Amino acid sequence: MRYILRRLGFYLAALAVAITINFFLPRLLPGDPAAVILGTSAAKLTPENLRAVREALGLSDAPLIQQYGLYLAHLFRGDFGISYTYFPTPVTKVIANGFVWTLLLGSVSLVLSFALGNLIGIYGSWRRGGLVDTVFPPLLIFIGSFPAFFLALGLLYAFGVKLDWLPISHAYNNRLPQGFNLPFLLSVLEHMVLPATTSVLLGIGGWALGMRNVMVSVLADDYVTMAEAKGLKQIRIMFVYAARNALLPGVTGFGIALGAILSGQVLIETVFSYPGLGFLLINSVNGRDYPLMQGLFMMITIGILAANFLVDILYTWLDPRVRTG
Amino acid sequence: MNTKPPVPEAPGSAGGPAAPLLEVRNLYVEYLTPRGPAQAVHNVSFSIGRGQVFGLAGESGCGKSTIAHSILRVLRPPAVITGGQIRVDGADVLKMQDAELEDFRWRKVAMVFQSAMNSLNPVITVGEQIDDVLIRHNRLSPAQARERSAELLKIVGIESARLKSFPHQMSGGMRQRVVIAIALALNPALLIMDEPTTALDVVVQKDILRQIQQLKAALGFSILFITHDVSLMVEFSDNMAVMYAGEVVEMAPAREIFSNPIHPYTRGLLSSFPSLQGRRRKLTGIPGSPPDLVNPPSGCKFHPRCTRCTRLETEAAPQLTEVTAGHWVAYHDGLRLTEAAA
Repeated sequence: MRYILRRLGFYLAALAVAITINFFLPRLLPGDPAAVILGTSAAKLTPENLRAVREALGLSDAPLIQQYGLYLAHLFRGDFGISYTYFPTPVTKVIANGFVWTLLLGSVSLVLSFALGNLIGIYGSWRRGGLVDTVFPPLLIFIGSFPAFFLALGLLYAFGVKLDWLPISHAYNNRLPQGFNLPFLLSVLEHMVLPATTSVLLGIGGWALGMRNVMVSVLADDYVTMAEAKGLKQIRIMFVYAARNALLPGVTGFGIALGAILSGQVLIETVFSYPGLGFLLINSVNGRDYPLMQGLFMMITIGILAANFLVDILYTWLDPRVRTG
Repeated sequence: MNTKPPVPEAPGSAGGPAAPLLEVRNLYVEYLTPRGPAQAVHNVSFSIGRGQVFGLAGESGCGKSTIAHSILRVLRPPAVITGGQIRVDGADVLKMQDAELEDFRWRKVAMVFQSAMNSLNPVITVGEQIDDVLIRHNRLSPAQARERSAELLKIVGIESARLKSFPHQMSGGMRQRVVIAIALALNPALLIMDEPTTALDVVVQKDILRQIQQLKAALGFSILFITHDVSLMVEFSDNMAVMYAGEVVEMAPAREIFSNPIHPYTRGLLSSFPSLQGRRRKLTGIPGSPPDLVNPPSGCKFHPRCTRCTRLETEAAPQLTEVTAGHWVAYHDGLRLTEAAA
């Protein structure tokens, strides 16, 4: 418990630093955001125009420390301002909407690729040199080394366009009423198949190979040999003695991948026009939507920190040796 | 590969009132290395009677542990048993099918592994590691198993509250006791101890060995005791064999080997360890290092390191021969000794 509290303290400190950087970084950039925004739409602008925009954006000539205080106050109220590209929707609302879709797509594909990859790794190492072990890891690594957009476009073309089995864009059928009704949920599932498959194919090889290699070394450990000598059932040796120990490094990787869910699907979401955070990020960059960008970066930071904290908790449960540390 | 004729009957394997508990006959184990097969165990035969302690001595890599793993059939590739027979209580271990083998393991033969420090699973409690063997073999319910586990811990002198401890929360000696408790869980007929005390300090070592002797007296199991510490073995064993490069070079009652070693390697081994009792003497050790098992030396495998070898040793491999009653040695000179005596 003390360990968990100590980790929590560490993550809060990291969050404070991230919040501060998130404030100063845009302000350290050369140029005036207001001028940039107006520069794209109007050739000439008067000082009045400029001032109006700056006011709308919450930009002022006040001392930085005063601006920082205002920024923190807004932050704690959950106020990131108004998005330009989705004007006049508040940034928080835009992000909340994208967050749901990214989290759904990301967690489903991460859990699938983690579970399947690890199972392939466990089984492959158990029957080392067997069919599963010789075919799957190299094949999956080969597939996984394609660029994300290439794989995504390939699947989209084959299954969405040529065979016309699955929808090629968006996250649900617009014509159905949204909510917890079967037709809508089915349409969500249907829209998720292609982007999730892309994501799973990209990740699974790494999990399988990583698990296999750790398993091979764990299987040579004395406690596994002893478990075998004890005459225990294969399934218990495989999972409780070998895989349970071999899983530990993978959990760290899982945490990193979990944190990267929020930012890691930019290419896939773009190809399938999936309305998640990655899709929003591209739009915000294209539209010079600074408040949205700032909100997204904040969101991604919090996501990564929260995921790491979750892994710390999971680790104490999986590895009793950490508990006393 | 079988250039040598089979070794004559090992002591105790025939003519005794009862069949021995463990009988290893003409065992061959090879490690398939990229350079070719390494002969880790080469035509080894010995047997252990009920309630007896048999010692296997020899330096690291001589095949002691490989034999121990063969008996439970837990050898890992690239090691393969290429010939011979292992019988435990009459049952042919090398012919067992998977299910039969699983039932045989631990019930008949249990083992304390070389590094007891590493033979416990770090992520589950020691209690679960005793329970699982009871649940698997004795079909106990988890609650019954827990009760019996507590008893077993008490037998090795650990309070039952420790069932909930993880291995890393225990000292080395304690972990070793836990492993012994697990080994005795099913009341096995044979306990293999593969260097059970090498990682422990001398005081704990003595303590544990004394405890094992007491348990053996109470429960009546046989022991296959493996170590490179010959003076310890002499104290502890009834019979013993000395191995070199995968072969048994000398086999006799432990006291006989101690007082009358014949093979130059046995003599070297005996003079490599200080004896705990007895006169102070000079430790000499054995010059050189163990041979390459992929391309072993011709004739007697020990000849490149031997100070007393004749041309005969470099050409023909000496056979294991009974020089005096119960004393077997693979040494040409030993043969001549008996011929002179006859």
